[in-house]
Amino acid sequence: MFRALPSKVFRLRYMPAITLLVFLTPVGAGLISSVLPAFGYLPVLGRSDFSGEAWGQLLHHPAIPASIFTTITTGFAATIISLGLALFFVAAWYGSPSYKKTRKMLAPVLAIPHSALAIGLAFLIAPSGWIVRAITPWATGWDRPPDVAIIHDPYGLTLILGLVIKETPYFLLMILAALDQTQAEKRLTVARTLGYKPISAWIKAVQPAIYKQIRLPIFAVLAFSLSVVDVSLILGPSAPPPLSVLVLRWFNDPDLSYRFMASAGAMLQLMIVIAAISLWFVVEVGVSRIFRSRSSMGKRHFFETEIKLASKAGINFLVMLFSGSLLVLVTWSFTWRWRFPDFLPSVWSFHSWQNNLHNLAESAGTTIAVGLAGSIIAIILVVACLENEKQRGKNAGSGALWLVYLPLMIPQVSFLFGVQVISIKANIDSSWISVIWTHLLFVLPYVFLSLSDPYRSQDNRFFNLALTLGSTPSRAFWRIRLPLLLRPLLFAFAVGFAVSVAQYLPTLFAGGGRFATVTTEAVNLSASGNRRIVAVYALLQAILPLIVFAAAMRIPNFVFRNRQALKGS
Amino acid sequence: MPRKLFGISVIALGLFSFSANGQAAAQSTANWQDVQEKAKGQTVYWNAWGGSELINTYISWVGKRLWDDARITLKQVKVTDTADVVSRVLAEKTAGKNEDGSVDLVWINGENFASMKKQGLLFGPFTQTLPNYKLVDTESKATTTVDFTIPVDGLEAPWGMAKFNFIYDSARVQKTPTSVADLLNWTQQNTGRFTYPSPPDYLGSTFLKQALTELIEDPSVLRTSTTDLSELNQATKPLWDFLDALHPNLWRKGSQFPASSSAQQQLLDDGEVDIHLSFNPGAASSLIKSGELAPSVRTFVFDKGTIGNTHFVAIPYNSSSKEAAMVVANFLMSPEAQARKQNPNYWGDDTVLAISKLSAKDQQVFAKIPLGAATLPPQELGPTLLEPHPTWMEYIEKEWLKRYGQ
Repeated sequence: MFRALPSKVFRLRYMPAITLLVFLTPVGAGLISSVLPAFGYLPVLGRSDFSGEAWGQLLHHPAIPASIFTTITTGFAATIISLGLALFFVAAWYGSPSYKKTRKMLAPVLAIPHSALAIGLAFLIAPSGWIVRAITPWATGWDRPPDVAIIHDPYGLTLILGLVIKETPYFLLMILAALDQTQAEKRLTVARTLGYKPISAWIKAVQPAIYKQIRLPIFAVLAFSLSVVDVSLILGPSAPPPLSVLVLRWFNDPDLSYRFMASAGAMLQLMIVIAAISLWFVVEVGVSRIFRSRSSMGKRHFFETEIKLASKAGINFLVMLFSGSLLVLVTWSFTWRWRFPDFLPSVWSFHSWQNNLHNLAESAGTTIAVGLAGSIIAIILVVACLENEKQRGKNAGSGALWLVYLPLMIPQVSFLFGVQVISIKANIDSSWISVIWTHLLFVLPYVFLSLSDPYRSQDNRFFNLALTLGSTPSRAFWRIRLPLLLRPLLFAFAVGFAVSVAQYLPTLFAGGGRFATVTTEAVNLSASGNRRIVAVYALLQAILPLIVFAAAMRIPNFVFRNRQALKGS
Repeated sequence: MPRKLFGISVIALGLFSFSANGQAAAQSTANWQDVQEKAKGQTVYWNAWGGSELINTYISWVGKRLWDDARITLKQVKVTDTADVVSRVLAEKTAGKNEDGSVDLVWINGENFASMKKQGLLFGPFTQTLPNYKLVDTESKATTTVDFTIPVDGLEAPWGMAKFNFIYDSARVQKTPTSVADLLNWTQQNTGRFTYPSPPDYLGSTFLKQALTELIEDPSVLRTSTTDLSELNQATKPLWDFLDALHPNLWRKGSQFPASSSAQQQLLDDGEVDIHLSFNPGAASSLIKSGELAPSVRTFVFDKGTIGNTHFVAIPYNSSSKEAAMVVANFLMSPEAQARKQNPNYWGDDTVLAISKLSAKDQQVFAKIPLGAATLPPQELGPTLLEPHPTWMEYIEKEWLKRYGQ
């Protein structure tokens, strides 16, 4: 019994290192394999001289200036709008019934992959979409859809909207997590008793404390918005598209000499992300300086009514679009004929479900297998790292753990080609190992993000009490620590699963095209005009994570049915 | 289980002693009996564009037939863009994976073929070994041996004939344009009702090629490779003048283009535009059949003819199931498979075979294929114009992007 202890510590001690190794090897090596061609090194194409030619080509490409502009404007706009909306909504409505109602909506919105939502949104708001069909022809007199660009609009407004629908709830969740740790209630009470109106009290007393906690998620969202591929393909501007789409197109050009420019483009994408994060940092310092002097001036209110109304309207608008997008997907999946301007399909049919049953089952099976495996491995690694931290103090080798967020900050295209080459070299390409491993790069950071706070803040006295009662550390870990953490563990698991389901490019690159998940099928088919089939796959894409989320919510209540204090709200 | 046949394939490879560069290796597989014997039990990963439900269903029928006939497992890897497949095989070559590659068969033509051929990524020549290749109409269907001016050299097996055409809704359009020049008049009278997918979508590019072929002073220059910028500039000027005049009359005033031909198909069904482009003369009929377009859609072509080409299947150099892939390619060229493919109820894609070379019974089968309500009879399809050399297209796609893509 006593001998188990040192060996356990010995093993745990290395967990952060192992986790980082699992992680940084493919990312680092992938990056290098992508950097070299940007400077003209790709021997298989007969080029091994180092030159800046690809960069010249890239910078003189006709689409580049407009493409960079779109990338930056849509990326920043989506991040700022989502963050602002989430912050103001929590500030104005914290603790109210509509706040609690919104809180319940978070999990389903987060569970549904970006691309599924984007497909539904496109069906909903296009000039020939459901909203126009609902008011045509009786209100508009149109017999044909209006000739206006809503989807793929040149300013990327629809792209921004699509991103905001997904990112606002993500920020809400992150703010909620931060609130639990900053004694927000107490701060608010103090501010309110000093006569500060709710929003003003929030901004001056709570906001500074939580901002530090949500900074990393902000950077992740900023990086994501600047480099997203699938949503851009479905909703983004097309002439020219954002840089991420352009780079992917070059990577895939039949003229293989485009590879060099594609690599340079991927590096440019990385530089844009780095520059954007640095810029955010600089502006943040400036803003907080202004803020600090303002916050002690004693003004008791800050656009109270306006923010209250606007943030509520904003959130309701997003919820409406979200529900409408899902509903229109369901409708299309049971459609045979549905012409403009009919409000509902003229011929309904189960054909799209029936005819694809075999394929649906197969791709759903692959999705579930990869998702479960990836999330389980991620949970094990994260728990091991956090347990190591618990037992050996915070600085015990986990100081470098912020590196796990790296894959979220680096644009996917810039290292996935490299990852593909490495996995072929290691002879694990197009295998379950490479697909699960590549998914893990994106699953693990989110699992870490979801689990680290509840784990770190868990009261150690329960564990210590078990030890004083004669339990071994390992028994205390399995019987006390983990059961107490069941709820966050399952939630983190569901988040990991949802992230895995949503992966498009990683599946494509690591799976060699042989692994068809519901997401790869949905995105592939979204290029086809057949909305009926696309809707079926997009729905399935939404249903799988929803089931896992629902289970993650219910299981603890069942397990703890005899444990009043552990039951959820 | 992609790897279960690894052992068998290694043995097969050993027997055939393929060199790393497969292009010279096929002569030794001349014996068709041997090929069939070795194909048994192999799995073929066929990378084929997966954007059409109808075609996917046809491909799964092929899979079923091959399993029954030859015990070959056929798996369709649905791709959005065949160029991805070229990338993947290249990545494998980059990493030195010269055996057991992830692609066994690829649906291909044009630029992608040119690229794979140039980089030595293809196995073959193998088509001469296939018994059904004798039935292909190589004499009057010239594009079965020359793919976008690039000689096929037996590296890809002909699968179907494509011919550029237009689909329109006869309930909304009375008079269809008769030439590229007439299309300009048509759009002036029907502002906002026409568009084309943005290049490099293959139908968008084909529309530009069609326009260029009709407008250029001397179409014969398109047959040769050229990189001389001033010549390209000079020769393509009529095309740019035409597009400059056309674009303000288009859908969204030419400021936005559909991302793909499938997206344009949806635009037609939504009534956002009145004309859709197609590369398959039977497409309109089969799309009516599948409920994707209204029963009132019909087909039209230009009087002086439209661009035509052939699509093929090819085998990458590092496939581990080359024999089974050859058996699949052979079956695809069989009268049975070709007749089913030509039927608009299943696909509606023209055959590559010479009907006169078939047995009397097979000729009967072809004669009985229904044309479909929206399909033009062969005599009304007009002459076939040849694809320009890929260098022209590269220049035009780049120039288009510079002029209209931003």
